[in-house]
Amino acid sequence: MDLDLTPDQELLRDTTRKFLHATVPLTAVRSLAENAAGFDRGWWQRGAELGWTSLLVDERRGGGSVSGGGLSDLALVAEEMGAMVSPGPLIATNVVAQTLSREASEELASRVLPGLLSGESIAAWCVAEPGRDITPDGMTLQARRDGAEFVLDGVKRPVDTGGQADWLLVTATGSDGLSQFLVPSSAPGLRIKPLRGLDMVRQHAEIGFDGVRVPSSAVVGVLGGASLSFEAQLQTVLVLQCAEIVGATDRVFDFTVQYAFDRSSFGRALASYQALKHRFADMKLWLESAQAITVDATRAVQDSAPDAGEVARIAKAYVAERCPELIQDCIQLHGGIGVTWDHDLHLYLRRVVVNRQTYGDPMHQRDCVAILADRKGA
Amino acid sequence: MTVTRTASGGLAEDLGTFHARAKEWVTANLEPLDGADPYLGHATDDADHVVRAKAIQRKLFDAGFAGLCYPVEYGGRGLPAEYQDAFIDVTYGYELPRLFNMPTFTIILPTILDFGTEEQKKRFIPAALKGEELWVQFLSEPTGGSDLAGALTRADRRGDVFVLNGSKIWSTFAWKSDYALCVARTDWDVPKHKGLSVLIVKVHQPGITITQIKHVDGTDDFCQEFFDDVAVPADQVLGQVDDGWNVASRLLLHEREAMSGSSPYAMAPRTAAHENDQVRAAALAQDAGGATDARVRQLIGEARVLTRVHTALVGRIATSIRTGRLPAAAGSIPRLSNGMMRVRLASIALEIAGDRAVAWNEDDPTGDLGVAYLGRQGSSIGGGTTEITRNIISERVLGMPREPAEDLDRPFRDVRTNAAVPRHR
Repeated sequence: MDLDLTPDQELLRDTTRKFLHATVPLTAVRSLAENAAGFDRGWWQRGAELGWTSLLVDERRGGGSVSGGGLSDLALVAEEMGAMVSPGPLIATNVVAQTLSREASEELASRVLPGLLSGESIAAWCVAEPGRDITPDGMTLQARRDGAEFVLDGVKRPVDTGGQADWLLVTATGSDGLSQFLVPSSAPGLRIKPLRGLDMVRQHAEIGFDGVRVPSSAVVGVLGGASLSFEAQLQTVLVLQCAEIVGATDRVFDFTVQYAFDRSSFGRALASYQALKHRFADMKLWLESAQAITVDATRAVQDSAPDAGEVARIAKAYVAERCPELIQDCIQLHGGIGVTWDHDLHLYLRRVVVNRQTYGDPMHQRDCVAILADRKGA
Repeated sequence: MTVTRTASGGLAEDLGTFHARAKEWVTANLEPLDGADPYLGHATDDADHVVRAKAIQRKLFDAGFAGLCYPVEYGGRGLPAEYQDAFIDVTYGYELPRLFNMPTFTIILPTILDFGTEEQKKRFIPAALKGEELWVQFLSEPTGGSDLAGALTRADRRGDVFVLNGSKIWSTFAWKSDYALCVARTDWDVPKHKGLSVLIVKVHQPGITITQIKHVDGTDDFCQEFFDDVAVPADQVLGQVDDGWNVASRLLLHEREAMSGSSPYAMAPRTAAHENDQVRAAALAQDAGGATDARVRQLIGEARVLTRVHTALVGRIATSIRTGRLPAAAGSIPRLSNGMMRVRLASIALEIAGDRAVAWNEDDPTGDLGVAYLGRQGSSIGGGTTEITRNIISERVLGMPREPAEDLDRPFRDVRTNAAVPRHR
């Protein structure tokens, strides 16, 4: 968590926390796993009233942050949601809302943004492709001009919230260059196939585009000029993933420390064994480090700092590598109960691993960091 | 920290003006490092290192850039920490008297400020800020390891003096130094923490023998000292007699502040950015260049991740201690991070360097990486091992039970020690 919150940010965090505790405790998360959508739309709309969907949207387009820094605000929400392994399309919808706010035509924005802001509709960013990197060069889904229309062909997988979204922001390539299109999920030619997945409530889909036709008004931003938007979207996603992972890990570490105080063996508290104390010291170091780099990355992206792209990737590389390991350590320290279905540990592990593996895993991020360093000659 | 203001009540110079003036002065008066080791600067040998550092420190003092955060009455400038940060910013890449950074400015002088008599403060703080006197710590003992309070070095009161006998070890550059803070036992009939005193000891005087210890990389910065009936004037005790553990604890706190980047007296950047130099050197030494081999890219990426995260951690912990979110003992968290990070960086550099780290042409700097690997664990040992650091974090930050001890409840003379272990001499 950022150590320097404004009173309004504290209010946002506290109301979010109370709302999540009241409406989606872990027991509710477990029962939502039986629900095909993974979340309740009426519930999402109530969350939207707390500000969950408006923080990355400009005030002139109906949004607004609470601190002047919408991404920092939203990272607080993501941390709370991580701590509760909450349902809801937080990352998917917000990243699309951000880009529509910044780049969509007046006509497109006024048609789509009000629904996303109120929570009545949901959006997803279709970016990952089978076996491809999450980079502009990794995009192979084709956009071909046909008169006044564009025809989209290709496959996106996995798409976060792809099976639930009403609107799809599709990153495509073609003779015009990298471009993005906003496509309604009802468009003919879309094959939306839900995937099985690790997370209890966050669901992914494979979306095939078989000659999907969209009008030129569906272009978001500049045709062929989407690489900057792509980078901005990715940085936002990476920061929110880190915030969610850190929120989850902080919670797990907390209750594992408590468990070490409460649980005895051979007549002593677990917390009195030096072999375990040293592991807790290491975990404390990793957790504080993960929190520290997440805050740095959030601020860098928020402020469009020159090194924002590097810091965001460094954060993802570190947080997504370390925190799942930290939770595995916590499972080890719980003993047998830690690998049972009934204990909540696996709910957290599922969420952090899903974040680890999507939008570029730590190995991919390290590669990007090295390439950026080489480019800087530093 | 307290902000000292000028007589008129306002700061003598606003931060922007200070920054600009400092930048101009530094450009005109300090030498760029130009790739030289930031610690050694352009010194030609060990003796020259001290002479240069003292001369540069004097220059800083005369220009009003020494002791920025020290009180005016002791030769400092009485400015807030932001001014020191600004000075660090403009001096990055220039030769500084880093020899004075630790322990003199960040550990010793702050402890003297906390416990010194008015006479001691007036005598010692300005002299150090002028670059006249360099300090060293006489803390660890050959028999003691991380157990500082188990000191066997003794100081016996005889008339106007304490007579010092025993030995200290792992003191850096003792032979270059002028004064030392020395933890010694003044009462053997009370439990270990209650019979210690901290003495101010002149390093070069009869009865003190200094031997340099050759490090695995061939350098000999570390020393061992032997004390044979060294007379220390009784008014050279820092703090109260037998209250030395209190003084030493504060000394260790200042050390943690220095290590964790939260000391307002440091002259070095609080980040780890330069730690990538090793890895970069290894990558550049590759015939094909760094970024073309995916395996090398993974290692370079990992190194940059580790150093940037460490920098973020240092800032977060410093803020947390300042605001009370974490206790002062949390300064051990960056210390643990630093040790683990450097261990990994040394291994990464070795891995990238390949066989050139073990067999190299004379003019190939890659050989340094192999040598550095030999001393790799030093970063996890010096300043308190990472094991004792993990004890501190788990016990004093997380509140877990202390390790059982069998030396707290009895007179120190009845405690089992390593006194009989033969000393290397």
